[in-house]
Order: sequence, then C-alpha cells, then structure tokens
Amino acid sequence: MEGGIHIPTNILYMDGVTVSFDGFKALNALSLVVAPGELRAIIGPNGAGKTTMMDVITGKLRPDTGEVFFRDSIDLTQYDEAEIANLGIGRKFQKPTVIESLRVEENLYLAMAGDRRVFSTLFARQTPQQKQRITEILDLVGLAEKTVDLAGSLSHGQKQWLEIGMLIIQEPELLLVDEPAAGMTDHETELTARLLRDISGERSVVVVEHDMEFIKALDCHVTVLHEGHQLAEGSLARVQEDERVIEVYLGR
Amino acid sequence: MSFASERNYLQDRGGAWLIALVTLTIVVVPILNLAVPPESPLHISTYTVSLLGKYLCFALLALAVDLIWGYAGILSLGHGAFFALGGYAMGMYMMRQIGDRGVYGHPELPDFMVFLNWTELPWYWYGFDSFPFALLMVLLAPGVLAFVFGWLAFRSRVTGVYFSIITQALTYAMMLAFFRNDMGFGGNNGLTDFKDILGFSLQSDGTKNALFIGSGIALIAGYLLCRYVVDSKLGRVLISVRDAESRTRFIGYRVEHYKLFVFVLSAMMAGVAGAFYVPQVGIINPGEFAPIVSIEIIIWVAVGGRGFLYGAVIGAILVNYGKTFFTGAFPEIWLFMLGGLFVVSTLFLPRGVVGLFHSLKKSLAEGRLKQEDEQTPMAEEKA
Ligand SMILES: Nc1ncnc2c1ncn2[C@@H]1O[C@H](COP(=O)(O)OP(=O)(O)OP(=O)(O)O)[C@@H](O)[C@H]1O
Ligand SMILES: [Mg+2]
Repeated sequence: MEGGIHIPTNILYMDGVTVSFDGFKALNALSLVVAPGELRAIIGPNGAGKTTMMDVITGKLRPDTGEVFFRDSIDLTQYDEAEIANLGIGRKFQKPTVIESLRVEENLYLAMAGDRRVFSTLFARQTPQQKQRITEILDLVGLAEKTVDLAGSLSHGQKQWLEIGMLIIQEPELLLVDEPAAGMTDHETELTARLLRDISGERSVVVVEHDMEFIKALDCHVTVLHEGHQLAEGSLARVQEDERVIEVYLGR
Repeated sequence: MSFASERNYLQDRGGAWLIALVTLTIVVVPILNLAVPPESPLHISTYTVSLLGKYLCFALLALAVDLIWGYAGILSLGHGAFFALGGYAMGMYMMRQIGDRGVYGHPELPDFMVFLNWTELPWYWYGFDSFPFALLMVLLAPGVLAFVFGWLAFRSRVTGVYFSIITQALTYAMMLAFFRNDMGFGGNNGLTDFKDILGFSLQSDGTKNALFIGSGIALIAGYLLCRYVVDSKLGRVLISVRDAESRTRFIGYRVEHYKLFVFVLSAMMAGVAGAFYVPQVGIINPGEFAPIVSIEIIIWVAVGGRGFLYGAVIGAILVNYGKTFFTGAFPEIWLFMLGGLFVVSTLFLPRGVVGLFHSLKKSLAEGRLKQEDEQTPMAEEKA
C-alpha cells in the first residue's frame, strides 16, 4: 500500500447520502467525514441508519443520491463488495458472521491480507509467517484453545472475537465495526475498546455501539445519528449535553 | 477430539479406500474377462465389463456434480448437457473414423448426412477426424458452454433455485436443438454404428476392456483433482461461498470468479465422463440432454452423500446398480423407486449413505467410550 507516500485528507467522505426503502428514508442526506488514523464512534437509537450507512460504504447498497469517497478520490459507489474490501475497507457485522463449517484458523486464513485471485488461491501454500500471524491473532483475541474447532461451535461472544480477529488480519485501512460488544462480558468489552484504540492511529476505525461505557472507554469523537441524519458530533461529554440528543434518547 | 480433525481424517480414509477399490476393479475385472475361460464360474462377461465401465463414467459425472453442489452450493440441474457434449465430441470422432465403411459408402460424410442429401461436411465437423482435436473438444465444448452460461448467471448473481431452473432450461433447449436434423448431429437418432477408436475395433474384447480401464483411471484422476481443489485454499473459499456467500464478498473474494472456475472445471469433468461413456454404450442421442437425466445425477449424489467426494461415487454406483437390477426385474416400478429414494434420502439421510455410516460409527465409538467410563472406578468417583 502506498499509504506512506500519499496521506489523504479524508479517509472517508460522505455527503448528502440518501437511501430509501419503498419511500422510507433509512438515510436522509447523511454526511460524515473521517480522517486518516481517526477513531470514531457512532451512536443512535435503533433504526437510526447506522448499519445502513455501513452497507453503503461497503457496496452492499447503492445510495439514491449523495457522494461516498474513500481516500479523497475513490468513488465507492462505483465498486462492488469484493472490490471495496480489496481497496482496504473491512467490516465486522452486527450479527456475527463467521464461516461456520470452517475451522477457526481457516476463517483467519481466508481473511488474511493477500492475493485474492482464483488461481493464486488454488495454488496457495500457507507460509510459516502466515501461520505465525494466525497464531498471533488467535492469542490476541483469546481463541488459541479453539484453533481447530469449527467456527460454528463457538459461543456468540467467541464469534464476535473471531470476527474481530478476521477484521484485523485483513489489514484494512478503514475498519467498520458494528456493535462489537454485544454478547461480551464487561471485561471483554473493555478489552475490545482497548484493542480498537490501539489499532486506530495506524488505521481508521468507525465503531457503532449502544453501550455507553464502551463509548466512554473509546475516548474519541462521537457522531450521533437519528432518522438517517447526523444529529450531533463532538466529544462524548459535549454530545451528551446537546439538547436534541437528550430529546431523542429520552423522548422515545 | 474436535469436529474438524475428525472430518479430515475420515475424508482422507474414504478417498484412499475408493482409489484402492477402483484400482483393484480395473485390474481384476479384465483378468477375469480375458484370462479366465468362459466355462469358469469366475469368468466375467464382456457385457458386464462394459456395464461396469458405464457405472465408472456415471461415478465421474457424480463427482463433477458433487464438486459444485457439495462444496460450492451450486445446484446444477443441467449437468447432463455437459456430459452429452463430451459424448457428442467423442461420437463425432468415431463417426469420422467410419470413413467409407458406412451404408452409403461415402468417403467423408456420415450416413445420416448422405441420407439428408448433404454434399459436404459442415464446418463444425472439421478436425474431428483427428483424435487429439476430438479430445480437446471433449473438454472445450462443455467448458466453453459452462463459461458463457456461468459468466452470465454468476455475474448477475443468479443463485439458489433460480440458478437450478435456468440450468434445466439450458439442457432442455440443448435437447430441442440436437433433435433437429439440420443441426447436423444426427437428429433424434444421434450418432451410432461406430466401428473403431484409434484403429481398434469397438467390438473386440480388448478394446472394451481398455475403455473400462480408461474409465477407472479417469475416475481416479477426477477424484484426485477434486480432492486437490477441495483441500486447497480455494476449496475453503468455496465452502465459504456455499455457507456465507455475501460474507465471502466482504472479505474480498470475487465470488462470481470462484463459482465460474469450479463450474467450468466440473463441466469439463462431466464432458470427459461422457467421452468414455459413448464408446462403451455405442450411441449418443439427444435423450442424454433430457432434464430427467440431469435430475437423476442429483439423486445419485444425494443418496451417496453430498459433500463427500467418494459419497458421490458410491451413490452413482449404488443407484445405477439398482437401476440395472430393477429395470430388468420390475421395469414399471423403477421410476417410482427412484422418486421414493430421493424423498427418503432428503428426509432421513441428509448426508446420504456415507453420512449415515459416519453417524453410526460415531455413536458406536461413543457407546464404547461410555462403557469404558462405566467400567473405570475413577470415572464413578468423579461423578
Ligand atoms: N432492506 C431493508 N428494507 C427495508 N427497510 C430496511 C432495510 N434495511 C434497513 N431498513 C430500515 O432502515 C432503518 C435503518 O436500519 P439500520 O439497520 O440501519 O438501523 P441501525 O441504526 O443499525 O439500528 P440498530 O441499532 O437496531 O442496529 C430501520 O428502520 C430499518 O427497519
Ligand atoms: Mg444496526
């Protein structure tokens, strides 16, 4: 990656993005800008459009209107899911999705950064360095004991961890993390927050979460979404004082 | 013991058994046919040799279907078309081999063309007098069709039952086309009355045994090829596509390229199976394109055990043996039995005969463990 040579002004730039489902606007003129190396938290009530926003960035949905740019110049609306992943955007899903009938280590092997072309994959041999890397990640996410187990046999929390591992080993420039703390213990939640903070700096991370303790632990800029629109942005303390935010959260 | 290691262990063992059995068969059967005198009870008739050869071709075809269905989740209900195309390519070679020995004695044109008052060979029959060219076409004709069809379907993300339906439509359309006399493939009679292959008479026992041995070798080679693909990293991607197609895209794999690769490979394997089949049965006609033929292949794989390569082989041989037996003994009930077999295997044997065998083995092993536990005082203390 030429990240070192050319540092973009914005890693992600969204402006006026609207997505409607049968007339219902899940995203309504949404704008969001994320800087290189930034850690950003996104909060908002259920149905605010957080997941839909990630769907747009990763190519799962095409916006009706609006601009979505990666690294200033790459128009993400022109690419499909696989191309966007290869451009350097990784995603953890709200509902943990791992490949259940493969082993834990195989899930990581598939996700690991590398040549994704058909024939390279057919003749690929796992190198000692790759094996080493997989072991490191397994240790990092606490699944070393589960290496050869089928991913389908993991608990909900363990699947979350495996998916976080898959995201890290993919080495994307921008990580989109949808509700990572769901199903985790308090201790694990804390670990996750620390992990994401460590990753940011070198990479940009956008985290969606409902858990306020977790958001506090992230200690970063917060964007509040409501009805597909950005309601407020700033430090957690400032956002929590915003009257519109209070109204949205309490007035439900 | 973890699930995963158990899975690989059993799969490799099954494959080793399969290769050993097929090797044994293609060594022993020709000996019993050629070297043992017909009076001996151990003698195997030439008819049986060709029948077994046919089963081996079906097994290779089933393997091709299992590769895409069992591992990549692509349910093709049109694989008979690729099998038939491979068969036609070989049939065209054998037609050209007849030369001027046909009924009409034309030096170049096959009988059916003379009968249609054609005066020259259509351009797409050129080259089929050469065996290497015919072999190339055995691979290319199904391969190119699968490539074009798959490219259109996978790129538009046609999946699941919609894909299955259009593959049925494909093979049906091919059948209608090949039925037409002016297509130049012998119309509804197809291609037949073959005389020899590479100069060897198709009527001789030696040739028949050679074709039988060739079918067995093709099956083993096909198995090893599938095993390589399935065990490779690409095989893992295929499983990922089967179980979580959209997730696979988000990790960065171009799902449509992977599907296309395995679909084309599978179609070519089916073509090879067809090419060995036709000289052994002596005819290829548009009936092989019939939708029901393709559905039968799915039943073989389902009965044997989808997702175990050797399961497909076992299924193909079991069901076809049953077919030979029952169509001889009670011809009117065979189709009902076939339908019943499919229902039973879908409802009660989701992993086929091989899956049943595995669960039996597992419960036996667990029963034994339990017994041992009961006999050990240590276990009682702990409990
Ligand atoms: N495919 C779809 N078809 C119709 N409506 C949809 C679709 N996807 C999302 N929606 C609607 O769009 C709105 C935004 O959904 P989204 O999943 O983005 O919310 P969210 O902020 O992620 O909520 P949560 O916190 O519950 O995950 C919701 O009202 C949802 O019902
Ligand atoms: Mg959501």
